[in-house]
Amino acid sequence: MSPEAAHHPHVPGLAHHFDSLEQQTEATTLGMWVFLVTEVLFFGGLFMVYIVYRTWYPEAFAAASHTLNITLGTINTAVLITSSLTMALAVHAAQLGQRKLIMIFLIATMVLGAVFLGIKGVEYYAKFEEHHVPGPGFRFEEPQLAAHAQIFFSLYFLMTGLHALHMIIGFGIMLFMLGWTWKGTITADYYSPIEIAGLYWHFVDIVWIFLFPLLYLLGGRGH
Amino acid sequence: MATSTVLIPPRHYLNDGYGIASWLLTRDHKRIALLYLASVTLFFFVGGAMAVLIRLDLATPAGDLVTDETYNKLFTMHGVMMVFFFLIPAIPSVLGNFLVPIMIGAKDLAFPKLNLFSWYIYVVGGLFTLYALVTGGVDTGWTFYTPFSTVSSTTNVVPTALGIFITGFSSILTGLNFIVTIHRMRAPGMTWFRMPLFLWSTYATSLIAVLGTPVIAITVLLVAAERLFHFGFFDPRLGGDPVLFQHLFWFYSHPAVYIMVLPAMGVVSELVAAGCRKPVFGYSFVAFASLAIAVLGFLVWGHHMFVAGESVYSALIFSILSFLVAIPSAVKVFNWTATMYKGAVSWETPMLYAYGFIGLFTIGGLTGLFLAAVGLDVHVTDTYFIVAHFHYIMVGGTIMGYLGGLHYWWPKISGRLYNEGLAKLSAGIIFVGFNLTFFPQFVLGYLGMPRRYHAYPPDFQVLNVLSSAGASILGVGYLVPMVYLMWSLRYGRLAGSNPWGAVGLEWTTTSPPPTENFAETPIVTWDAYDYHAPVEGHVA
Repeated sequence: MSPEAAHHPHVPGLAHHFDSLEQQTEATTLGMWVFLVTEVLFFGGLFMVYIVYRTWYPEAFAAASHTLNITLGTINTAVLITSSLTMALAVHAAQLGQRKLIMIFLIATMVLGAVFLGIKGVEYYAKFEEHHVPGPGFRFEEPQLAAHAQIFFSLYFLMTGLHALHMIIGFGIMLFMLGWTWKGTITADYYSPIEIAGLYWHFVDIVWIFLFPLLYLLGGRGH
Repeated sequence: MATSTVLIPPRHYLNDGYGIASWLLTRDHKRIALLYLASVTLFFFVGGAMAVLIRLDLATPAGDLVTDETYNKLFTMHGVMMVFFFLIPAIPSVLGNFLVPIMIGAKDLAFPKLNLFSWYIYVVGGLFTLYALVTGGVDTGWTFYTPFSTVSSTTNVVPTALGIFITGFSSILTGLNFIVTIHRMRAPGMTWFRMPLFLWSTYATSLIAVLGTPVIAITVLLVAAERLFHFGFFDPRLGGDPVLFQHLFWFYSHPAVYIMVLPAMGVVSELVAAGCRKPVFGYSFVAFASLAIAVLGFLVWGHHMFVAGESVYSALIFSILSFLVAIPSAVKVFNWTATMYKGAVSWETPMLYAYGFIGLFTIGGLTGLFLAAVGLDVHVTDTYFIVAHFHYIMVGGTIMGYLGGLHYWWPKISGRLYNEGLAKLSAGIIFVGFNLTFFPQFVLGYLGMPRRYHAYPPDFQVLNVLSSAGASILGVGYLVPMVYLMWSLRYGRLAGSNPWGAVGLEWTTTSPPPTENFAETPIVTWDAYDYHAPVEGHVA
């Protein structure tokens, strides 16, 4: 093929334009970190809007937050943190080149993610039933707070919706990783794709770790 | 010029496959650069056609050519096309894509597939916007201010917003690719401070793209969600704040001005060094000035809201910070000028554009200081003074830099030389046309003519006619290079690897370069702009 392929003997997983696997791993890892910085700013815009309106309308935000199902939210938080654990275990298995274990842990991560989305769906359905979806059909139990509560729910749906979208994209990445592991591309010498997929998955979890208290735990729930 | 031994290299990136698939599925950064060249040129001429109609309409005080609704759509689509689909991607995606790997001695960008994917994202975003245009257009201004954009406007806001949302990811991913490439792919010996200054400014631009673009993405998404699903983020009826939209919008869109002009500054550094046969004066100052502009650029967005109910204290801080941007910008201008001092100053086409850039950018930058001063800004806000100011930066700055760069690297890209006489002529036409178009607008604005108005008092007609006349000259100036550059692809004289006798890794490989850029990975032992030693193979 091309003359430069002769420069390095064929290394599995090494793209032609890199000199070594080490350089390639450094580049792809840095690429994912830069991407995550972008994601921080992306969600950052939403958090900014949230902070402004929560500061202006604390009462309505607390009242609206209290209508969310805290039990389901807590279960979901636990589910997602567990999926981060299985993801970390998948990376560990990849470092050791244990093909079967990688696949088991990747599938476990996807199952937990699916449980999360299922529970999220149940919560969304309840909100539709309660007419808490913003728009002309919006109703709120305390009418004097209805307008501001609508802003809360707009943020709730957009923030959790974008988070869910990121998880669905994560499923796509997991499927690729499963395929590569199945084919034997992932070995103890070349496992950076699993590591990078893990970075992404942990980031999506961290976003939820911020969303959960900001949306569910407002205004002294325990009293 | 080089001697008669110039031959076209037998194997280069342009003859490495001929079919449609070899272009549409290519991962070669040089071919992707050409895909971008074709697409940004298309948007430039679509956006330019809108500008022509705007200027024709403004030739008479009553605005006889189009209706006021059409006029609103024209200036909106002109802004959207030019800002998001031409000015932001032009230099990074065309010249940056072509040059970043070659200038650091790499075979390609770090993520070639992602690079191709970025182009497809750009195309999909562009198609959304073109769809919005042909199905009726949008009339909110390119700034999409709420609540007009979310509640009142009945035009195609959503497809346009989605187009901008989608295209944003193209610039994020291109920026990401450049950052990783510059960090991880430099050839042996190519240290940070041996890099050409174009790379420093590309790096600074990429930082802004990666940090700022996601914010505009989420902002236009909020606008789209508000229109589509009646979510309330900026709706005053629910207690939402339209000015919050302006904050989010300008948090990206002010730094975006630097996304547009920083790469042009990088190009000018290259042109000035090559045109004067001297190292750029104060290399590290120019390099760090790029980073300083990137950082300061994120801290000045509030100056777009001096009249939008911003507190006087915020206005004060934003005003001071806006003045500070002048410092790194002036460092660059002074250093280019100092580079020319006692240099073997050339009058070849790329250098003409560099002169144009320096002069026009200085006028644009200094009038920016007028606008940073709160009191004066209140007087000229939303007048033609603003329009003139940012066109001096974006057209006088960015497009001059882009065209200068395109001419300078054209022999490398195509392997052929363009007609120097025609090129000089059109550079002159563009310079004259540009000033005739936009200088009267400073005066109009100062006299109080508001921007975005379809009609104006007859007193303003003379200046408006001058401006419209200038625009038609400018239009011709932009068409001529299209013709002779295309012509040169087939009939131009062969360029040889280094027609300018310039230094820099891109001039050490053949023209056009082979697909893998260099026969073998270069080892760099010299600083950028090493013009002290005579350049091999060049007869002045």
